[in-house]
Amino acid sequence: MATDDTPAIELRGISKAFGPVQANKGIDLMVPRGTIHGIIGENGAGKSTLMSILYGFYRPDAGEILIGGRPIVISDSQTAIRAGIGMVFQHFKLVQNFTVLENVILGAEDGRLLRPSLARARGELQRLAREYELQVDPDALIEELSVGHQQRVEILKALYRQADILILDEPTGVLTPAEADHLFRILRGLRDEGKTIILITHKLREIMQITDNVSVMRRGEMVASVKTSETSPAALAELMVGRKVLLRVDKAPATPGAPVLELRGLRMVDAEGVERLRGIDLDIRAGEILGIAGVAGNGQTQLLEILGGYPEAGARLEGEIRLKGQPLPLSGSDGRARRRAGIGHVPEDRQVEGLIMDFSAWENVAFGYQDAPEFNRGPLMDHAAIRADAQGKIERFDVRPPNPDLAAKNFSGGNQQKIVVAREVERNPDLLLIGQPTRGVDIGAIEFIHKRIVALRDAGKAVLLVSVELDEIMALSDRIAVMFDGRIMGERLPKATTSGDLGCLMAGVDPAVVPATEAIPPAQAPGTEPGGGAV
Amino acid sequence: MGRLPRWADVILTPLISVLLAFAISALVILAIGESPVEALKVMVEGALGSSYGWGFTLYYATNFIFTGLAVMVAYHAGLFNIGGEGQAAMGGLGATLVILSLPWPHWALALPAAMIGAAGFGALWALIPAWLQARRGSHVVITTIMFNFIAAALLNYMLVNVLRPVGSMDPASANFPAATHLPKLSEMALAFGITWGKNTPANITLFIALAACVLVWLLIWRTRLGYEIRAFGKSEPAALYAGISPVRITVLAMLISGGLAGLMAVNNVMGEAERLVLNSVEGAGFIGIAVALMGRNHPFGILLSALLFGFLYQGGGELALWTTIPRELIVVIQALVILFTGALDNMVRRPLEWVFARSGKRD
Repeated sequence: MATDDTPAIELRGISKAFGPVQANKGIDLMVPRGTIHGIIGENGAGKSTLMSILYGFYRPDAGEILIGGRPIVISDSQTAIRAGIGMVFQHFKLVQNFTVLENVILGAEDGRLLRPSLARARGELQRLAREYELQVDPDALIEELSVGHQQRVEILKALYRQADILILDEPTGVLTPAEADHLFRILRGLRDEGKTIILITHKLREIMQITDNVSVMRRGEMVASVKTSETSPAALAELMVGRKVLLRVDKAPATPGAPVLELRGLRMVDAEGVERLRGIDLDIRAGEILGIAGVAGNGQTQLLEILGGYPEAGARLEGEIRLKGQPLPLSGSDGRARRRAGIGHVPEDRQVEGLIMDFSAWENVAFGYQDAPEFNRGPLMDHAAIRADAQGKIERFDVRPPNPDLAAKNFSGGNQQKIVVAREVERNPDLLLIGQPTRGVDIGAIEFIHKRIVALRDAGKAVLLVSVELDEIMALSDRIAVMFDGRIMGERLPKATTSGDLGCLMAGVDPAVVPATEAIPPAQAPGTEPGGGAV
Repeated sequence: MGRLPRWADVILTPLISVLLAFAISALVILAIGESPVEALKVMVEGALGSSYGWGFTLYYATNFIFTGLAVMVAYHAGLFNIGGEGQAAMGGLGATLVILSLPWPHWALALPAAMIGAAGFGALWALIPAWLQARRGSHVVITTIMFNFIAAALLNYMLVNVLRPVGSMDPASANFPAATHLPKLSEMALAFGITWGKNTPANITLFIALAACVLVWLLIWRTRLGYEIRAFGKSEPAALYAGISPVRITVLAMLISGGLAGLMAVNNVMGEAERLVLNSVEGAGFIGIAVALMGRNHPFGILLSALLFGFLYQGGGELALWTTIPRELIVVIQALVILFTGALDNMVRRPLEWVFARSGKRD
């Protein structure tokens, strides 16, 4: 479709402050019609604020928004929808126990009776499915759909509301590489039909792969807008951070020693009777980083929790865990016993598990180690000692602002993570469990955290890395194990694999064994099938 | 996301809330045809104008300190203990059994024993809901409310069938022996040659309450158990990650909470009534919720708000005595204070944050 000259979206001098924090400073942005426009920036650069302004969640303090050349005041999301803007959020806004059809018409019903709306929506969905590869069973319940399909429903919702402009916030974070490729095909199809797409992401690879233009945000400002074909990942990364960054992790080849952690036939059935781990056999050696790749929700969380000493309540466990040859109890253990045994743990979700967000930074430095002798004096905790320890960690890990009295929630994601990593790494554990080490962490801090993990490895410690970021797994791991549906689908060496190969394993297909079928090999675990049903 | 300076958060916000509650109470008083200025005068005069008034105000405040601290400790563990009423009643039973079972030679011996009895029974009464919450997930709000009724019924039974002296028609225990009577503040003052608060119930328990404030502060902010209680109260998944047992914290926090509520009996049963009567708690367990809310779940705040509620209680009694304003008006004022300091906190906080953000920019 021919594009005329008026841009689909034009922002002029958009500013927004939250108290003393200037989230957006005089943002200018021009998005031509019928293009895919990437917006990239570190966490806290102001991308989400800008998009929230565009979708009517916030009112800008200053500036002007033009949609299709006409100035518009977007006071709420209804106005945004009427102006043709559709938003696909990072966390889907779907009713889990409604069908696809019901979710699509929710809030866009034609009248008091549902039947005519449903009939109309059914026809419309069929048309959209044909045109854009957006096939979803209209009568399926959302909770039965895969994450990729749920995302399609979100896109369908926006299209059903006649969106011309589609904003997607970190859309690939939860997708397998294959699902992401499918999404990109859909997006290209939409663009070719004349829709305008804004893609917010922090993944440089995606920007290079799919966008026509890209704008870079840094500290609330739009620092550059360029044609994607005329830039490079390194140039974009430098623009994002404001200095040169290393996109690859510099590390010497591993020199693995004796096994530190040995798992044999580890099975776990949760309280609902669902088998989450179906017989895991793994060895991690001293001086080695084992990366576990996989789409979120395939048992990685359960594995970390069990090793960390806090399996889900009501779960049944089988198998063997040995740390440096010594058997560890499966259950009846707790986090403190595991720490004493020499396991450090950076949990997947630092805000829910790793930190008490209302506690100050120095109080968080003792978290999990509150009974360490150096933190206690008689019956009372030794606040002075804990503060001194926190002060040192803040300096060594360059936590900003360097204020131990600040509550954890007032630090940025990267600095929060530095506090957790400092706490766990500086104990010099024999085994470090680290889940999603750089989720929501800015590039500068990612580099730093990666270096620390490698340094721990070089000191002869074992690291179990769990991440849904394939790039991170590839860059950090000395060995990669792919988890799917509670099993280890296969092990690879980073040098001897590709993201396509890993992607197949992540989708439950071993390309070497059964190419392109959905056959899943039976569990290799020797244990018997647990007697089914919740207890 | 405006931030308030600490003093504004801790002092100014509750103060404005209380003033708002008072302003609306004034309107209510106007509406029933009385003068709010007169009413305030009667209250201040009656509660704070004489050592006699103070003697009662401090007595009530002592009760509220214990029940307020009880709510606070549970709150920091993320538990809402509304069973203070029943726990305090059971504390009364515990103290009574201890005092009547042995011929105590001196109050100084009877006091620690009675404290153990009172705290023990209160703690025990909180243990069952705590256990049900920790092990079975039965919500502690529901179970502690139910336990208030069970405590009331149990006390009724004990007083009528077990503790009532032979021949008495009054559902109350025997009078405590004179040797176990606690020194009143008036008597203690007299020992120093000061005439203060004659014939008022305020007694030595006030100092126990003050000590409890300090100890609870130490517990929550200086001990490892307090650290774990606070961590658990803020985030249960994080507590699990850190190796803090939810069962242990739930049970311990509720035991301490119930024990504090039970300790109130030392003031009202042993110190004032000097026997166990029906409904001796008189709602202090519930007022503890308001006291803790208004005191921002900090012992110092609880001390101040307990004094305020002591003033309201005593002043309210005076109002009923000297004006046509019914005693129930105090309940209205209390309700308004709870409404403004608890439920409508943001109504005051937001504008204040705005004011501070503005004045901050000008600087």
